[in-house]
Amino acid sequence: MGVGSFFTSKLDEAIGWARKYSIFQYPFVTACCGMEYMATACSHYDVDRFGAGLPRFSPRQADVLFVVGTISHKMAPVLKRIYDQMTEPKWVVAFGVCTCTGGFYDNYATVQGIDTIIPVDVYIPGCPPRPESVLDGLMKLQDKIAVQTQRF
Amino acid sequence: MRGEEILQRLRDRFTGAVVETHDHRGDHTAIVDRGALSEVLRFSRDEADLRFDVLMDLTAVDYSRFPGREDGPRFEVVYHLFSVGYNHRLRIKVRVDEDDAQVPTAVDLWPIANWFEREVWDMFGIRFAGHPDLRRLLMYEEFAGHPLRKDYPINRRQPLIGPRQ
Repeated sequence: MGVGSFFTSKLDEAIGWARKYSIFQYPFVTACCGMEYMATACSHYDVDRFGAGLPRFSPRQADVLFVVGTISHKMAPVLKRIYDQMTEPKWVVAFGVCTCTGGFYDNYATVQGIDTIIPVDVYIPGCPPRPESVLDGLMKLQDKIAVQTQRF
Repeated sequence: MRGEEILQRLRDRFTGAVVETHDHRGDHTAIVDRGALSEVLRFSRDEADLRFDVLMDLTAVDYSRFPGREDGPRFEVVYHLFSVGYNHRLRIKVRVDEDDAQVPTAVDLWPIANWFEREVWDMFGIRFAGHPDLRRLLMYEEFAGHPLRKDYPINRRQPLIGPRQ
């Protein structure tokens, strides 16, 4: 291993460490999972401990798209557009079983998992997921961010 | 006014047009002919001792796979009326066939019927003659078919954007 690749990998690590503790999220909240998202974000569970305490309400300023709640076929183009508006690097968290698979909404109106529309990094199942599950998913996302090849 | 008296008023006033009445579990219901529907609704709203000033709900039922109802008219359009002044209720039903799924509109009687009738058109494909703007209410324009009909396949999807590559 040359000196150059040694420094590149160390730089990757440093950027990964910085990025995983400065997650600016965009909460795309459409349904009841939003209550659980709020519980996680507030002081009792305190998502700020993980550096994800500042939601940005513009996708252009966000790193992580939290898709929270049922996505209907009518809403799907909106979600796709929000995702396209986010700048790289970006990650997506499917929050709740509806976004993971469609949940029990096996009907004409509901998208059967948002991974049919946009790529997803972390799936958090549950109807709705407990805040502990959300924090677990967030930590898994942090692990993923820390070890990936950083583009900048 | 008691429910039984309301039904008696309708039967007396619209002899022959009131096909059937019942008060199953205290819900007084009159099933009327489609031709007399507008008149029955207007009478229920305007008559001094009925005065049903609220259209609480307007919906439809698809009986195509209902046991014992396979041969009859496929749809029933259901009107739930309420009187604020008298605190009494009435349910009016009208039966329509699939080939001629159309009933007169109630928008001129209760403006709220506008969106109710758009929803029924969207979900069941029943037309309302005289409706000012009969477009889909909930589904998108590209959607084909009417999803609450019993013959709409339960797992048929019509996504607006296709699966990603």
